[in-house]
Amino acid sequence: MTAEELNELIEQEVEANKLFVHSINVCVAAGCLSSHADQTLDALKKEVKAKGLDKEIKVKGVGCMGLCAAGPLVEIRDASNAAQVMYQGVQGEHAEQVVASAGKQSVQSLVCDTSIPFFAKQVKIVLENCGLIDPERIEEYIVAEGYRALQKCLQELAPTKVVEEVTKSGLRGRGGAGFPTGLKWATVAKAQNKQKYVICNADEGDPGAFMDRSVLESDPHRVLEGMAIAAYATGANRGYIYCRAEYPLAVKRLKNAIKQAERVGILGQGIMGTTFNFTVEVRLGAGAFVCGEETALIHSIEGKRGTPRPRPPFPAQSGLWGCPTLINNVETFANIPPILRKGGAWFASIGTEKSKGTKVFALAGRVSNTGLVEVPMGMKLREIVFSLGGGIPDGKKFKAVQTGGPSGGCIPEQFLDMEVDYDSIAKVGSIMGSGGMIIMDETSCMVDVAKFFMEFCKSESCGKCVPCRVGTSQMYDILCKVTDGTATPEEIAMLEELCDLLKSTSLCGLGMTAPNPVLTTMKYFRNEYDAHIQGKKCPAGVCKIKAAQEVLV
Amino acid sequence: MNSTLASQIVTLKIDGKDCGARGDETILSVARENGIDIPTLCHYDGLTDIGACRICLVEVKGSPKLFAACSTLVTEGMEVSTNSPRLQRYRKTILELLFSERNHVCAVCVSNGHCELQAMAMKLGLTHVRLPYRYPNLKVDATHTRYVQDDNRCILCQRCVRVCAEIEGAHVWDIMGRGIEARAITDLNEPWGASTSCTSCGKCVHVCPTAAIFEKGKSAGEMVKRSFVSELAAKREVYE
Amino acid sequence: MSKARIATVWLDGCSGCHMSLLDMDEKIITLASLIEMVYSPTVDMKQYPQNVDVCLIEGAASSDEDIHKLKIIRLNTKCLVALGDCAITGNVPSMRNMYKVEEILNRAYVENAVLQQQIPRIGVPVLQTRCRPIHEIVKVDVFVPGCPPPSETIYNCVADLLAGKTPDIGATTRFGK
Ligand SMILES: Cc1cc2nc3c(=O)[nH]c(=O)nc-3n(C[C@H](O)[C@H](O)[C@H](O)COP(=O)(O)O)c2cc1C
Ligand code: SF4
Ligand code: SF4
Ligand code: SF4
Ligand code: FES
Repeated sequence: MTAEELNELIEQEVEANKLFVHSINVCVAAGCLSSHADQTLDALKKEVKAKGLDKEIKVKGVGCMGLCAAGPLVEIRDASNAAQVMYQGVQGEHAEQVVASAGKQSVQSLVCDTSIPFFAKQVKIVLENCGLIDPERIEEYIVAEGYRALQKCLQELAPTKVVEEVTKSGLRGRGGAGFPTGLKWATVAKAQNKQKYVICNADEGDPGAFMDRSVLESDPHRVLEGMAIAAYATGANRGYIYCRAEYPLAVKRLKNAIKQAERVGILGQGIMGTTFNFTVEVRLGAGAFVCGEETALIHSIEGKRGTPRPRPPFPAQSGLWGCPTLINNVETFANIPPILRKGGAWFASIGTEKSKGTKVFALAGRVSNTGLVEVPMGMKLREIVFSLGGGIPDGKKFKAVQTGGPSGGCIPEQFLDMEVDYDSIAKVGSIMGSGGMIIMDETSCMVDVAKFFMEFCKSESCGKCVPCRVGTSQMYDILCKVTDGTATPEEIAMLEELCDLLKSTSLCGLGMTAPNPVLTTMKYFRNEYDAHIQGKKCPAGVCKIKAAQEVLV
Repeated sequence: MNSTLASQIVTLKIDGKDCGARGDETILSVARENGIDIPTLCHYDGLTDIGACRICLVEVKGSPKLFAACSTLVTEGMEVSTNSPRLQRYRKTILELLFSERNHVCAVCVSNGHCELQAMAMKLGLTHVRLPYRYPNLKVDATHTRYVQDDNRCILCQRCVRVCAEIEGAHVWDIMGRGIEARAITDLNEPWGASTSCTSCGKCVHVCPTAAIFEKGKSAGEMVKRSFVSELAAKREVYE
Repeated sequence: MSKARIATVWLDGCSGCHMSLLDMDEKIITLASLIEMVYSPTVDMKQYPQNVDVCLIEGAASSDEDIHKLKIIRLNTKCLVALGDCAITGNVPSMRNMYKVEEILNRAYVENAVLQQQIPRIGVPVLQTRCRPIHEIVKVDVFVPGCPPPSETIYNCVADLLAGKTPDIGATTRFGK
């Protein structure tokens, strides 16, 4: 597709939209779908038709609006795309009321207040299109300034300039470790090989995390555009999206998006009339957490068993089939189009000194507003939990936030006023990770939490290296003894020794970070460990302590 | 092999000793050439290194991370330390984990006296295991006419997998399952005796560091492992 | 100099370690001149005495009685030596740990018995669900692996202990020796 054709397509789409007076957007991402948003969408479409309004009101499925807990969410917008009202918990039976309210008095009983901090305090870059466009139509993405960044790169910027812009933005990898994206791109770009690859890591295996899923389901073209820009910048011509098979909707929408992009000549050979070629394939992961680790992921794409290998060499030097390979996370790629559209300096103006831009967090656990939020880096943890998250329900007391999933740690109350960015979270012993935030209140036992994550690591360890394979199993056994009140101080010392061993000697990040939940809970909630061991009591009343008799035998 | 790396000559220090090496050599091979012993378990001369056992970890000056000597290439100016108290401690604990993982009863084991795991315990001065033994209930596969596979003694070093794929070209062996449930398997977890891909060459028997694979009818005194695989691999490299 | 008070104990093991202990030829005379054997399967003594300097323990902890004994021994002994693989690793006795106690007893006393197919219950110690190394029950000061440890090793170990030195075990024995 040439630039003119692209503009033509935009005009057509804008013209077509002008015919409508209102649009009713129904969230059909996974969260709302699970509360039957598909039925809501059907009912609204039927209702509009029945009332003969199908020339005036456009009913469409869109991506995630964020407040998943209140789904299905429905939004009414006018011709200028300004929001009239958002409704929550909309079922098929509400169709008549909802349609009747377009441009009129809103249905009070269904209104979802969008002036609350949950919505008002968000800054949307990655999620800018989520909830606004139909993820299954490339036209809508293009009208929302989609593929404009790719066009700009191909027409105006040399590959090195693209890398420079990404470096200038200060973007760091959103897959967990926060590695500077520009630096990674530069390494791959510098490699001399003819064949290079770009891989999008969409394995998202952290329990409680669904940021990447939401982006893929709500705005798949954004990821494709980011990958294409990366391919152009680094000199790659083939791309893979490694997506977990547990995300069938994301896979479906990705495949659909690839087909559409190929049809209009945005992917394939001679993209936008240039000599740039780039094709993308989707590969499915079979649900192993460790396959999110980059070298394991590459093995899996190669058709081998998904186990990590020692680095160096890093994938940027020797990756897929031995070729230099750029591997980035979904959210990392999703940040690329706006960075190239608005410039690296614009992106770098958001966030903190060493962490730029925004971060999408998945709020889960004991918090009123569970769902997805995108906030600038550096927002205070307290603000995220209590203002956006709406605090702890049922008048319970806050205890800790678990960030970074099984590789992360538990951040206690004393750090609530910490500014959330890569470095500050690391300083308190946790990691930013992919953005999962599990909020815990006084009803959670921190030893039990540590045990939960250790069980996860134990069963997700690939089994290749000894410290992780056997160490996680031994650590889990000790934690079980703590929670049933039979652990000895010697065993706690051994637990600490194993934490150090796994951190220092494991082959990959899974084993190296597996001790983090134990280390942080031991550091900040030692009293809870002591209560189980010495006091034979679980303060939160979660663990079943064995009776003295049982212990003897 | 990477030809640009192979043509580079690098100098480095291992335990204070100045060493010269080709750029495509591992820390382990350079150390051994210079008479410095680094303990290893999963490494086997002639097979691709995988860095699985973590026994060979060494310290490299300027990095907080530890590196597996068997699978890390030397670089110019590197300063390697192979036997610090910290490394000794880690190695011993890793050995303890291995002993605790499965069922090692050396006294009645066919590899008693010829076992690399047992010898490593002695070498590192491991006289007891502080971690509780797990006592898993594991299978012994004696369906092959000549060999036996005993999961009780397997340390998952993957030497059998590599030798069978890389030297014999049969790819009978693989690893199945994750984490503590991982097992060495033949074909698609079928009885070894039913394998149509196994050529009965015996290479896996002789590279296996323990009694996880042994020959039928051999007593503990006879079950000595021979090192012909390394010689074979070395000869091939010359002819390639 | 008063003689060192030495004890030896036989838990769940085959007595091989004791055999090896007695197998040190003429050295046993040297040793005898230095020690007083205050408790041993070879000494007729019902109660474990107090103030024992060194106790060599053969065998793993398998029954409630073993555990009881170990605790008393630890209370009354300065230096506790785990002698041999059974005491240190559980060794052969621990091969039952993959199965339930009832399964084992049934196999031994019913399925494989020709006469009197009956599991003995009276007057015998109750088996623990698992047979365990003794250091999982009490603190052990010195470990002497081997099945059995060579008598040389045992002699040197005891001699070192009597001389107030920390015995160097590693080089002369190993698991399974
Ligand atoms: C055990 C483990 C699991 C991981 N899982 C993921 C994942 O699900 N998604 C992801 O993007 N990165 C994951 N990573 C990080 C990747 O290895 C890699 O660093 C990342 O994809 C790089 O992309 P980025 O630079 O854009 O962050 C995981 C790492 C480890 C060690
Ligand atoms: S640390 Fe764990 S997941 Fe990583 S290689 Fe080792 S066993 Fe596999
Ligand atoms: S394999 Fe080696 S360590 Fe294991 S029981 Fe046999 S001799 Fe002992
Ligand atoms: S069977 Fe032997 S060679 Fe194969 S993984 Fe196990 S210990 Fe290693
Ligand atoms: S020998 Fe290097 S990791 Fe096993």
